[in-house]
Amino acid sequence: MDLLHDLSYFWPAAITSIGGLAAMMAAAFKTDMRWVNAVAVFTALSATVVAASDLVAGHSGLLFSGMVAHGGTAAFGTFVVSLGTLFTLVLSRSYLEKIGHHYAEVYALILFATTGMIVLASATDLVALFVGLETMSVCLYVLAGLVRERKTGIEAALKYFLLGAFSTGFLLYGIALLYGATMSTSLDVIAATTDKGGLYWAGVGLLLVGFLFKVSAVPFHMWTPDVYQGAPTTITGYMATAAKTSAFVAFILVLGRGLQGSVEQWAPVLEIVALLTMIVGNLIALVQHDVKRMLAYSSIAHAGYALVGLTAGTLSGYDGVLFYLFAYTLMNIGAFAVLAYYETADGQERSTLEQFAGLGWQQPALGVALSIFLFSLAGMPPFAGFAGKYQVFAAAIEQGYITLALVGVLTSAAAAFYYIRVMVYLYFKSPEQPVSLPAVDRLYGWTILLLAGLTILFGVMPSLIVNLF
Amino acid sequence: MNASQLLPLIVALPLAGFLVNGLAGMYLPGYRERKNWIGWFATAMVFVPFLASVTLFMGLEADSRPVTYHLMTWLQAGSFTSDIAWRVDQLSVVMMLFITGIGSLIHLYSMGYMKEDEGYWKFFAYLNLFIFAMLNLVMGDNLLLLFLGWEGVGVCSYLLIGFWYKDMEKASAAKKAFVYNRVGDFAFLVAMFLVFRHVGSLQFDAIFANLDGIPADAAFWIGLLMFIGATGKSAQIPLFVWLPDAMAGPTPVSALIHAATMVTSGIYLISRMSAIYVMTPEVMLIVAVIGGITAFVAATIALTQTDIKRVLAYSTVSQLGFMFLALGSGGFIAAMFHVITHAFFKACLFLGSGSVIHAMHHVEHELDHHGKHVHFDPQDMRNMGGLKAYMPSTYKTFLIATIAIAGIPPLAGFFSKDEILAMLYNAGAFYQPVYFVLFGLALVTAFLTAFYMFRLTFGTFHGTFQLSKRYPEAAGAEKYLHESPWHMTLPLWVLAVLSLVGGFMGFPDFIVQTFGNPDAHSNWLHGWLIGGIAEYDLALAKPVKWTILLASTALASFAVWLAYQRYTGDRAAESDAALQRGLGGAYRLWSDKYRLDEIYEGYVANPILKLSDKVLAVFDLKGIDGLVNLVAGLTNFTGSILRYAQTGLVSGYAMYLVVGVLLVVGLLLF
Repeated sequence: MDLLHDLSYFWPAAITSIGGLAAMMAAAFKTDMRWVNAVAVFTALSATVVAASDLVAGHSGLLFSGMVAHGGTAAFGTFVVSLGTLFTLVLSRSYLEKIGHHYAEVYALILFATTGMIVLASATDLVALFVGLETMSVCLYVLAGLVRERKTGIEAALKYFLLGAFSTGFLLYGIALLYGATMSTSLDVIAATTDKGGLYWAGVGLLLVGFLFKVSAVPFHMWTPDVYQGAPTTITGYMATAAKTSAFVAFILVLGRGLQGSVEQWAPVLEIVALLTMIVGNLIALVQHDVKRMLAYSSIAHAGYALVGLTAGTLSGYDGVLFYLFAYTLMNIGAFAVLAYYETADGQERSTLEQFAGLGWQQPALGVALSIFLFSLAGMPPFAGFAGKYQVFAAAIEQGYITLALVGVLTSAAAAFYYIRVMVYLYFKSPEQPVSLPAVDRLYGWTILLLAGLTILFGVMPSLIVNLF
Repeated sequence: MNASQLLPLIVALPLAGFLVNGLAGMYLPGYRERKNWIGWFATAMVFVPFLASVTLFMGLEADSRPVTYHLMTWLQAGSFTSDIAWRVDQLSVVMMLFITGIGSLIHLYSMGYMKEDEGYWKFFAYLNLFIFAMLNLVMGDNLLLLFLGWEGVGVCSYLLIGFWYKDMEKASAAKKAFVYNRVGDFAFLVAMFLVFRHVGSLQFDAIFANLDGIPADAAFWIGLLMFIGATGKSAQIPLFVWLPDAMAGPTPVSALIHAATMVTSGIYLISRMSAIYVMTPEVMLIVAVIGGITAFVAATIALTQTDIKRVLAYSTVSQLGFMFLALGSGGFIAAMFHVITHAFFKACLFLGSGSVIHAMHHVEHELDHHGKHVHFDPQDMRNMGGLKAYMPSTYKTFLIATIAIAGIPPLAGFFSKDEILAMLYNAGAFYQPVYFVLFGLALVTAFLTAFYMFRLTFGTFHGTFQLSKRYPEAAGAEKYLHESPWHMTLPLWVLAVLSLVGGFMGFPDFIVQTFGNPDAHSNWLHGWLIGGIAEYDLALAKPVKWTILLASTALASFAVWLAYQRYTGDRAAESDAALQRGLGGAYRLWSDKYRLDEIYEGYVANPILKLSDKVLAVFDLKGIDGLVNLVAGLTNFTGSILRYAQTGLVSGYAMYLVVGVLLVVGLLLF
């Protein structure tokens, strides 16, 4: 049967949705949340392994009557999303236990969101894209408000929802206009259209807006700091990496597959947005005192760097973005994980720079790991973040976008200040009262070290993953 | 065994030293106590690469092709690739020899100097990491790997300056070093992008093979930006103020990083890219002018300092200025020559000062032990004097190095300084007369150098011990003075011998030609490096060269005589006072370090911070502080828009969204 055949190429999404259901069912029968966590982790692990084998196998094609693609970019997106989910699930257990919100529904929601992300990152039809996007978003709205007794949690969820709905409206309107102009929602048909009237351009514009909102590009970024700060920390890491990755991969599919012929029109738009995003994101991150909020602004800035690769509009640009997303997933989940540990380790909620004073000496391995993540985020060689920046900037230079590359280099040099400042507090300042942090959960600690190791490995040998594109 | 296989070994060993000492020290508390093992292991991880470098050096001829080792392709993006590959050619092998050689000596010295420190393991781990980064800097086969090392040495220097992290002054000195270096790094990165853009590669051979592809204005910007990068790392005006503060770190660090190796990486970079520099005489002139001013300014400050390490720090800045003078006058080889000789004598001086400080600490400790709590600054030379009787090895080596830096023949500094002066005069005679002015400035600086260095040496080692006179409770404290252990004096002697004879590697051709064979070439270093460096021709007539040589010798000798008249026999304090009276306002300006720190803080750093706090707070929706004032000052219309921004209300956010939509759709439609 066609459906089963197609499904066999779309296992990761099937696995995560079944896993999500299983997590909900398990909650009904088992009260031990660790067991539910294990189910969820196993699900994500399976999805990651299957996605990785799809990636290595290298086959590609269209599934479900051309609604989604498998292989190539889609397979890579699926892999990174699954990997991000896996790390998030592993790290979330001890964090959620500590903040007292360890519910089975969290795991179900994360897995359903992941299903949405996989669909989004594989969509070759605007309808599938929309379904994936909404599946993801609705789950994330709920997750953002998980800590409902905290005002910031509720605020985050509500803002995310209202603005998300608003931007979805634009996106949907864009899809409708494009349908009106081309009589199809399939990216391949849209690509073949030659009659590009006002309807078409308006549709493209609104579609771009929808994506730019999801990747939190300036001026569509306003929701990001509040949501990232209000959401539980490991979930913030999830939103900043997996959700962003899937949105970017879908963006690449839409631009590269459906709108490549109009690259001369949309590239200048993305160029302006990328410039704004890099400048504004980095400048505001400079003046933050709350590390979590600083990382929120930094994630805006990183979206700007990824947009540089998209602006190039070439294969090497898209590949650069894919690698960037992969590197960003590793280092950002790692950074948020260390933050989550500092936040909950001894019952004092730490998130401002001053509260980080001297913590680097407390659990030295975690301090070193956080330093590696921050160096990588700052774009210092030889970490993965540097390799990512190099590739997107090189692609932009190849297409003659010197301004973009220059602004990118200058802003990332400036960005080093706010990343390094965290390290200054970690190591060179003494805390007001002596602190002693308890030992970290063994699995949690090793996961962070693994992420740090991968951040170095793919900084030194990016070709390991680049060759898979 | 193929010579090229030594390259990964040379790079890998210091890294292994860092990993082993770092990881074992972090996780095994018992390991930290095995100081002997840690020290010897770390030293071996630098000494073996030194032996390997010697082997490579022996196998290399002046006209050999570079030995390269390609580990792997590092980054690939479209048609641009960058490799992890090392190259050893005539230029890099010279750098490698003294980085690993002096590095080994300083590791050995640190075993004595840091003995009592609880962070011993950490110190050696950082030191090994520094050597690793520095070797990548000089051995990288492309600009990107060079940049990796460039950033790496910056981070290590940051870690080592702030080594005693509990001391806030050190932490802020570390931060200063990092920030000033970052400013330079911006420029370097941009220069790299320009090279990338015009050549399509960052690999050295590819760059030099495609020089035609670089238009003149691009060459100007590349040269200028790389030079700005070099001013950060090599402490030149306007970015030099971090280096004297960096002396807050342990003394072996000052000797290794802030005198011998890291600070010379800017000179290495410019020598490496000399082919681009000779394309733009304008940049060459800028380099020379900045170098000349820095040399003079730092020398005048050094004249007024009383902290033994600060004198040496400013002296380092001044000598680096000399090297840039050489670069700017087309004497790339002369600059490298001075890099090498300076590494010998300045490392010797710093280690000697460390030996003195070590002894003064011991005195303080002993006094304390005997119930006399005298608090004095163990680095202040006004507390010293007469140390030569108690610390003979330190004194003799310090004196040799001082003679070397003062430019008295036939010690190392004399030859390299003379070559620089000759190149300057040469540039004035054949390229641009303005170089004559710089030549004059260099002569004055050379005079000042000899004077302040002998002021330091005489004040510290001659006369009688001042501490017991300044602090009555410390009477008889000189009995606690002692010479340092052999770990510390052996490196001093090795460096002193090198300062004594090191200059002969660049023995000027014209001296031999005057007395013997008219076609003789005695300047080995010149012959060794000329294949890879675009040096200007030294076309001066023999009598001119002799005049310069004799004049600079006479000036230096006069300065030494002057210092001897004034600073021996316990006359240091009154001579300083006389100097202060004689020079008046100039002296105050110098001892205030030209008030550069205050100017930077007051006119650059603080306004930027204030501005960014005020302006950027507007964009931050939670940054209510300071916003109220700002909003009040604006008109109602903009005020209401900003209020939307600060309230954090969803409707305000939605408005931004709509503005964005109009922007995007508008751009596409029109």
